[in-house]
Amino acid sequence: MKHEIVEKNLGLMIVLIILTISGGFLVEVVPLFFLKETNEPIEGLEPYSALELEGRDIYIREGCHVCHTQQIRPFRAETERYGHYSVAGEFVYDRPFLWGSKRTGPDLARVGGRYSDAWQRQHLYNPRSVVPESNMPAFPWLFEDRVDHTKTADKMETLQTLGVPYTDEQIANAESQVEGKFEIEALVAYLQQLGTVISDKR
Amino acid sequence: MSTFWSLWISVIVLGTIFGCAWLLLAVRKGQTTDTETDRTTGHSFDGIEELDNPLPKWWFYLFLATCVFSLGYLVLYPGLGNFQGILGWTSTNQWEAEVAEAEEKYGEIYAQFGNTPVVELANNDDALKIGQRLYANNCQVCHGSAARGQVGFPNLTDDDWLYGGTPEAILETLHNGRMGAMPAKGVMPNMTGEQVDQVVNYVLSFSGREKDAEAAKAGEAVFAQGCAACHGADGKGNQAVGAPNLTDNIWLYGSTYEWIKETVVYGRQNQMPAQSGRLTEDQIQILAAYVYSLSN
Repeated sequence: MKHEIVEKNLGLMIVLIILTISGGFLVEVVPLFFLKETNEPIEGLEPYSALELEGRDIYIREGCHVCHTQQIRPFRAETERYGHYSVAGEFVYDRPFLWGSKRTGPDLARVGGRYSDAWQRQHLYNPRSVVPESNMPAFPWLFEDRVDHTKTADKMETLQTLGVPYTDEQIANAESQVEGKFEIEALVAYLQQLGTVISDKR
Repeated sequence: MSTFWSLWISVIVLGTIFGCAWLLLAVRKGQTTDTETDRTTGHSFDGIEELDNPLPKWWFYLFLATCVFSLGYLVLYPGLGNFQGILGWTSTNQWEAEVAEAEEKYGEIYAQFGNTPVVELANNDDALKIGQRLYANNCQVCHGSAARGQVGFPNLTDDDWLYGGTPEAILETLHNGRMGAMPAKGVMPNMTGEQVDQVVNYVLSFSGREKDAEAAKAGEAVFAQGCAACHGADGKGNQAVGAPNLTDNIWLYGSTYEWIKETVVYGRQNQMPAQSGRLTEDQIQILAAYVYSLSN
């Protein structure tokens, strides 16, 4: 084979490049769209409630996922500290997933129930007040601002069309469930349910 | 995984490996020489010419070696659809082996203390050293590094206990957690603003700090109706429901008039998370001994 044939036929070169770079995608990604393990929720997994969903959006807005991962790898050092390793079926309602890639702070995949609501609130108001060596920023405005309730139902409808099993009733009630709530309430509600479906470490 | 996807993966993976090997060999075969010369491909761009040299041999064989390596890898490890590889490796059984190894190494250390009574363990320096590490990893973020607590999180070093300081009570707290719930205005939801002022003064009077003696006196009746059910008629609390003793001048949420007023008006919700499932029985036993040792 001659370089020349490929180099002088742009169409052929494009086809060959696409073939070359799509190999990994076809093998490692495409089958996952059709596998039971990655598409079916684990037993007991419920879609986020309206308040938790808004809390999740605050989590994204404040960039929590930049410093906190939500993925416990199957290493003993991690399971000892954080709990049972994460499984794919836990994330089927997560759009987008918040696995993250960098741990400036600890992993939060199973932080739900680990601390009390009071601790979470105090920690978010001023992390240093409970963890003196913490370098996490404080989020005092969450205690002053109210959740924007006008788009909650729309968000849930969109998720419904993507396959999250929200009932029409849940969507109809969404607005009333978050209206008037402080952002901190939504965020703590979201944090307190993280990873609680698989609660036992061993 | 279905047979289709298994085949899909296997065909593409093997196709890619053999395709790479074929490409390496085909390109080399098409070249006019297998050593370095100054022969050009005939291309000339603005006088810049392209040499027609083959890949250096070491590089060529290294590429071939990666093909051979990947085939060997696919025989040993999972990679071809449903074929698990002859080593039977999975990330789950690797984790299980790691845990089992650690259990064998460290399990004994915990086990030797697991059946010892808490009081006895509290005098065992080795157990307390382990307990101190467990405390630092699991309890310190709320109760503080010196175990002195803070607003909303009890001090573990004093003799004042919300749910009791016996070994049994500490073990129960660690195993199953505690839910602290003081309802707003106690059991007297229609408490008026004036009555709140009176009862706060009455509570302050337990430690001799009332602002208004008359109000404090009037507060006794309000206390009897709204607070005594949990805190007791004498205000000494009730460990069965986690109602604090109000007479010892030790305060979970602040001791000033304003703090106590806030507690009365809005109530307090608090939670000690359960540690069962996070820690083993043996670890909880050691931790209980450490906590017990802090005040005994």
